[in-house]
This record gives sequence, structure tokens and C-alpha cells, in this order.
Amino acid sequence: MSILSVKKLTKSFGGLTAVSNVNMEINEGELVGLIGPNGAGKTTLFNLLTGFYVPTSGTITLNVNGTSKSLGGLKPYTICKNGVARTFQNIRLFKDLTVLDNVRIAMHKNVKYGLISSFLHLPSYRKEEDELIRKSMELLRILRLDHKKDELAKNLPYGEQRHLEIARALATNPSLLLLDEPAAGMNPAETAQLTELIGWIREKFNLTILLIEHDMSLVMGICERIYVLDYGMIIACGTPDEIKSNERVIKAYLGEGLNNA
Amino acid sequence: MKKLFEINWIKTLVSLILTFVIIQLLISLNIINSYLQSTLAAICINIILAVSLNLITGFTGQFSLGHAGFMSIGAYVCALITLRIPTIPGFILGVFAGAVTAAVIGVIVGLPTLRLRGDYLAIATLGMAEIIRIIFLNMDKITNGAAGLQDIPQFTNWAWLFLYTAGTILIISNFIKSSHGRACISIREDEIAAEAMGVNSTRYKVTAFTIGAFFAGIAGALYASTFNFIDPKIFGFSKSIDILVVVVLGGLGSISGSIIAAILLGIITTYLQAFANIQMILYSLALIIIMIFRPQGLMGSKELSLSIFNRLGNSYKSKKGRV
Amino acid sequence: MERLLQQIINGISLGSIYALIALGYTMVYGIIKLINFAHSDIYMLGAFIGYFSMTTLKLGFIPSLLLSMVFCTIIGVVIEKVAYKPLRHATRIAVLITAIGVSLFLEYTTMAIAGANVRSYPPLTGILTKSFMLGNINISMLQILILGITIILMILLQFIVKKTRIGKAMRAVSLDSDAAELMGINVNTTISFTFALGSALAGAAGIMVGIYYNSINPLMGMLPGIKAFIAAVFGGIGIIPGAMIGGYFIGIVEVLVSGYSNSLYRDGVVFAILILVLIIKPTGLLGKNSREKV
Repeated sequence: MSILSVKKLTKSFGGLTAVSNVNMEINEGELVGLIGPNGAGKTTLFNLLTGFYVPTSGTITLNVNGTSKSLGGLKPYTICKNGVARTFQNIRLFKDLTVLDNVRIAMHKNVKYGLISSFLHLPSYRKEEDELIRKSMELLRILRLDHKKDELAKNLPYGEQRHLEIARALATNPSLLLLDEPAAGMNPAETAQLTELIGWIREKFNLTILLIEHDMSLVMGICERIYVLDYGMIIACGTPDEIKSNERVIKAYLGEGLNNA
Repeated sequence: MKKLFEINWIKTLVSLILTFVIIQLLISLNIINSYLQSTLAAICINIILAVSLNLITGFTGQFSLGHAGFMSIGAYVCALITLRIPTIPGFILGVFAGAVTAAVIGVIVGLPTLRLRGDYLAIATLGMAEIIRIIFLNMDKITNGAAGLQDIPQFTNWAWLFLYTAGTILIISNFIKSSHGRACISIREDEIAAEAMGVNSTRYKVTAFTIGAFFAGIAGALYASTFNFIDPKIFGFSKSIDILVVVVLGGLGSISGSIIAAILLGIITTYLQAFANIQMILYSLALIIIMIFRPQGLMGSKELSLSIFNRLGNSYKSKKGRV
Repeated sequence: MERLLQQIINGISLGSIYALIALGYTMVYGIIKLINFAHSDIYMLGAFIGYFSMTTLKLGFIPSLLLSMVFCTIIGVVIEKVAYKPLRHATRIAVLITAIGVSLFLEYTTMAIAGANVRSYPPLTGILTKSFMLGNINISMLQILILGITIILMILLQFIVKKTRIGKAMRAVSLDSDAAELMGINVNTTISFTFALGSALAGAAGIMVGIYYNSINPLMGMLPGIKAFIAAVFGGIGIIPGAMIGGYFIGIVEVLVSGYSNSLYRDGVVFAILILVLIIKPTGLLGKNSREKV
């Protein structure tokens, strides 16, 4: 069954159509790649899916736990509460906060104690805060960041910042995870490690993942299906092998190293 | 590990009681005479104002230049109530009603304006505060217009001031250390990322703004009751600036910084009174020099854990230490 | 109808003053994103220098105007070099507090030197005392003079910004100061020049307010300063024609409100307009909407 169903999605800014008539179906548990040349509209599509842009037309439907919900026009935090989490291409951590706080903030939506309890630190505060720390540490351990819980996010090395972004997204307890160029700026060894990690968290957290990536070794290595976006339109969709041999894709990339993957 | 928390709690309580008793003793011995007592009151009121503005500007990152507006609401409401009910229950009611009214206006002002960012928000809040002032100026029949309200019954003494000041500090610093407080801080850090992580940024901005307005209302009520006289001029644009200066000097995002800055400025102003004609020149020069050499303020965004309000720093560290 | 026209004529004089001050705010904001609170005090100093020049030095209006503009230019540039330049990479709020510090410093130093009391400008002489009737509307030569000088200054400003090298540099720095620097533009000189231009205009506004309203004091800059800033926001901050339109709009609205209802509400209406503009179109009348990139 499809967890995300995008129909005829279009977004124009003034005269420019950044995303045009996009149809997309992602099945539960799938790991899907979204590729395309620079400026093809990949990040715009992510911003539409996560509520940062309001679609000009078309629908986005999310099916989680047997209920379906239209996401078009909802606020980002509502979409997050419905089970869609994301990372950002240009890392957007809470830089001056600790690693632990970064993760705890992402768990805020499930906090039940009220304002009064927060003013007076009533027992409900203590109980839930302890639970928050426990859960956060569990996540940090999985991403091998637990020993750095008190470091400020800005002081982490680049690769660990990317990991922390993933940890933070996982902390919102998503059903669908959107990763925007998770391997950007990483060396081949780090990328290989990341590839493994993505596969592993997908199993562990029962996730469906959609990822934008330029690194073809990562995309071709783990994605089950790939969508190719060019000038805002989906020009191809299929398995890695089908995409590799697709004429339109090759043309769009002008032989940009697809065959080397 | 639970014990550690309790020890901290006891330490806080002990240091609070000590502060109270020592100052009370100094007042009884007349070392803090009636002149210095009004300085003391002004410092307490400024602490409440600065800590509450710090929640809005330092922690939530929303630049407000209208704090004096909320203060004036508290002052007028409390003055009008105590003028009619000049008893202790009347005073308690006055402070509470003043704070609640300020908070309600805070929601009404906050909802439309908090969509604005940075300087635009600053200038909008400035405008709102000026409008509040002009309304008080024009409600002649109730507020006595420009002439102001005189002979407001005085109920504040050191005990009341201490109770409200310590209460404000504890409640706001507790809030900041809660999940709701962290949601506010995440907005300051990166509003877009906060929204993507499920934080309803509008809701938390308005929450911080409303809590800030509530305590500014308390400060205003205490002001009216301490100084017996209020008029709209007191709560003008310059007052909002004064409060912001305390917050920035202490350090945005540092509660102990706000407290220290309010105390220092209170003492300095008292002693500069001897040089009334150049007092403001010295003050302005100090402001420029401090900003050039220490733009992050006295404390940056750090907390002073040795301070009498050591719960701020310590319990936070120990809590993290427990993991 | 005649009354309305008369009010509008009066509003244009006040609007000219606001527009001249607003230009300084808008240019400085455009280039370093600072609400230069000290700007309103440069305007105050302009009024005091004009007063000094016309009484002690017994100079005529035009020489006094030029003297006042030159002095304000120097003060504006010095303030920028001493107080703002060291904070080029500090947080915006730190620079803002510095600006407030400078503003207080100028106000209270003037007060210490010249006294806190209100001073009156010397009475006008010659043709400036005349006024004439256009139908039933009274127009004074003074009003024509103010409007004339304002228009000349605005044309000059437009010429400098649009046609000269330094004007191009100003526009480049306000768009992207890093890129401008890489293109070989001296950013510091450009910022100084912007302060110089804005301060000169504020100086002119100061002396014109002196002869028009005939009373000056060290704290006279505060309220007009805030209103001129509102004018700049109304027109779209950073946009020069916006500040002009905003200045005239606020001036006329203010005079109309005082003329037709309680003058105590005058400032309230101006602030209410500000808030409406900010809520409906925060970028102002001529501003383009821009969104933070995700």
C-alpha cells in the first residue's frame, strides 16, 4: 500500500514553474531515491511535501496506520506531527544548543505536561523529562553520538552534524523520512558508512525513506526505486538498472557519470 | 540520583532565605535607609522586567521594544484597584488583575505582530506600546490623563518585593528548562528547523510573549504601589529601551546576567545621582563602550552558578550529569 | 473642501521634514541593516547649529542651512567611524544598543552645553514673512521655501544615487556587501558616504523645522525620529522613493488628524497606520515580498 501519494503536484513562483505536474507513489517500507540535475526542483518538492511551500495545484496524500490525510497547505509542524520528518540540504541544526537538546526538542511534540507543570517542575515534569532523556540517549547511542551529548552542535565535525540531523529527524518518530542530500560533502568512506546506516535505521525504525542524492553510488546502492526530476517534471521512474539505461535520464545528465556508479 | 536534585532544591531554598534575611536585617538596622530602600525596590522591579523581557528577546529570539506598554497596564490596573480597595487583599487582587490584564493584551498584541521578524517586530511592538500609552493618556475620566494617578496606597515592602522577584526568576528559569522552554529556544536558533521538528512556532512565540507580558504587568503593579504615583510619560518608549539595555548588558539568554545587570545599573544610577547633570552622558558613554568591547553582554548566554539563585546553573548541570 | 486643502498644504511642509529624515533612516538601514536611533539627534543638532549660526554668527538662512548640513555630515561620519564601525560583525542588537547610546549621548551633551530649555529661532525677515492667498487658501513663502529646498535636495540625492560612481557603489553594497567588496568596492568608504548623505539631509530638516515651528530643544528629535522611521517603513525600508512618499503621507495624515479630531490622537493614528502596514504588507508600499529560503 502506498504511504505517500502525490498527484499532479505543481508549484510556480511568479512565472517560473519549479515543480510541474508531478505524480509519485511511495509504498510503505520502500527506500526511494529522487535524483536530477541541479535546479531540477528536488528541494522544492521536499518543501512542498513538508509544508514549507503551499502547492499551486495538485494533492499530497499521506496514508499512515490506515488513515489517509491530505498534506497540501498544512503547516510544517502539523505535517511533522502526522509522521513526516526531514533533514536539510544545508544542515539546519540548533547550532548553539547541545546535541542532547537538539534531539529533545524534536521530541517535544509528544510531551504531555502543561505550562503550569513547567513553571513549578511538578512530578509530571520530572517523570516526562527523565523519559525524554532516556529516549534521546537511546537514539544518540544508535547514531554513535552519545559520548558527545553535551557538545554544542556547531562544534561537531561535519559528518557527525549530518548524523545528528538524522537523529533529530528520527526523534520526531516519523513514518516517512525525507533526507535531503545526506551524503553531501562526505568522502567515499563516510558515504559508504552512511549508506549502511540508512539501510539499518530503515529496518530498525520501520521507516519509509525518500532521499535526494547526487552521489550515485549511494543512490544506486540502496534505493529500490528512483524518480528522476528534470525542469520540475518527472522524466523517469524505475529500478536503478532501468534508470541507468534510460535515454532521457542520460540526456538530462549529459553523461554526468551515471554509468560509473 | 534523585537525591542530587533534592540537595539542589534545598540549596536554592537556603540561599533565598539567606538573601531575604540579610537584606531584612540591613533594613531593620537602617543601614539600608529609606532612600536606599527605593533603590532596592527599583532594582527588584527592573529584575522582573529584565528577566521577563529576556524570555521574549533573549530566549525566544523575538525582538520586542514594547515591554513598558505591558508594565503600564499592570501599573494602571493595580493603581485603580488599590485606590478603591486600599487593603492588603485589594493589593493582592490588584497585582494579579494587573498581570492577567497585561497577559491578555499580550495575546491580543502578540497574535498579529509575532508573524513579523527582527526589526519589523521591534518597531511594531514599539508602536503597540505607544498606542497603549496614548490610550491611557486619553482615558481622562479613569486614568486622569496626562496628570496621572496620585496617592496610590503603598503596600510594597521588602517582603513583597522579594516574593515577587524570586517567584518571577524561579518560574521563568523553570520554564526555560522545560520542554516548552526548549521549544521557545529552538525558535531563536532556527525557526524553520523548529517547525520541521514539530514545534508550532507561532504558538510558542505567543506563549513566551504572554508570560513576559504577565510578569511585566506584575512589575508595573509593584511600581505603582512603591512609588505612589504614575502617569503615561513614565511608560514611554525610553522605558522600553531602558529594560532592553538591562537585558543586553546582562547578556541575551542569561537570566543571571539580567539579574546582575539590573543590580549593577541600580547601584550605579543611585551613586550617579550626585552628578545629575552629566549622569546621562556617563551612562550613554558606558553603553557605547560596553557594546564595543563586550557586545555579548556581561554574561553572554551563560549562567552564573555561584549566584544566590544557583539553582539556575547547578540543577541544570546536575540533571545532565545524571544521565 | 478649502479647509481640507489648507490642511494638506500644511501637511506637505511637515511631510517634507519627515521625508528628509526618513531618507537618512532608509539609506542607512538599506546598507547596514541598522535602525540608526542617533539619526533623529543629528536632526536635532542640525536645528541647534542653524540656531547658533543665525543668532550668534548672524548669518542668513541659506548660509546657515549649508553650515548646518556640513556640520551634520561631519558628525554623522564621525559617529559611524567611532561607534558603529567596530561593531561591523557584532549582532544587530548590539549595534542597536550602541545607536541608542549614541542617541542619548548627543541629547544629553547638547543639554549640558545648551541647557534643557526651549529656544526660539530669530524672527524671519524680508520675503520669508510674506504669505499669499490662492483662492481662500493661505500659503506662506516659508512653506514654499521648505518644499522647494526639499525637492532640490531630493533631486540631488536621486542624481547621486543613480548617476554617480559612489551612488552605484551604495546600491551594490546594499544588495550584497561581500560581493561588492570582491568587486573592488571600498565598503567602508561607501558606508561612510551613506551616513554623510543621510546626515546632511537631517541637518537640512533640522534647520527648516527651526524656522517653521520656531522652537527647538535637545529632546526634539525623539518623536519626529520615530515618525520618520515609520515613514521609511511605510514606503518600504531601504527604498529611497518609498521614504519620500512615506514622509509626505505621514505628514499629511498627522495634520489632518489634528485638524479634524483630538490632536492627542495624532500620534496614535500614526502608530496604528504603522501596525496595519506591517501586518498587511511588512515590506512596505514599494517593497517586494521576499521569503526566507529553506
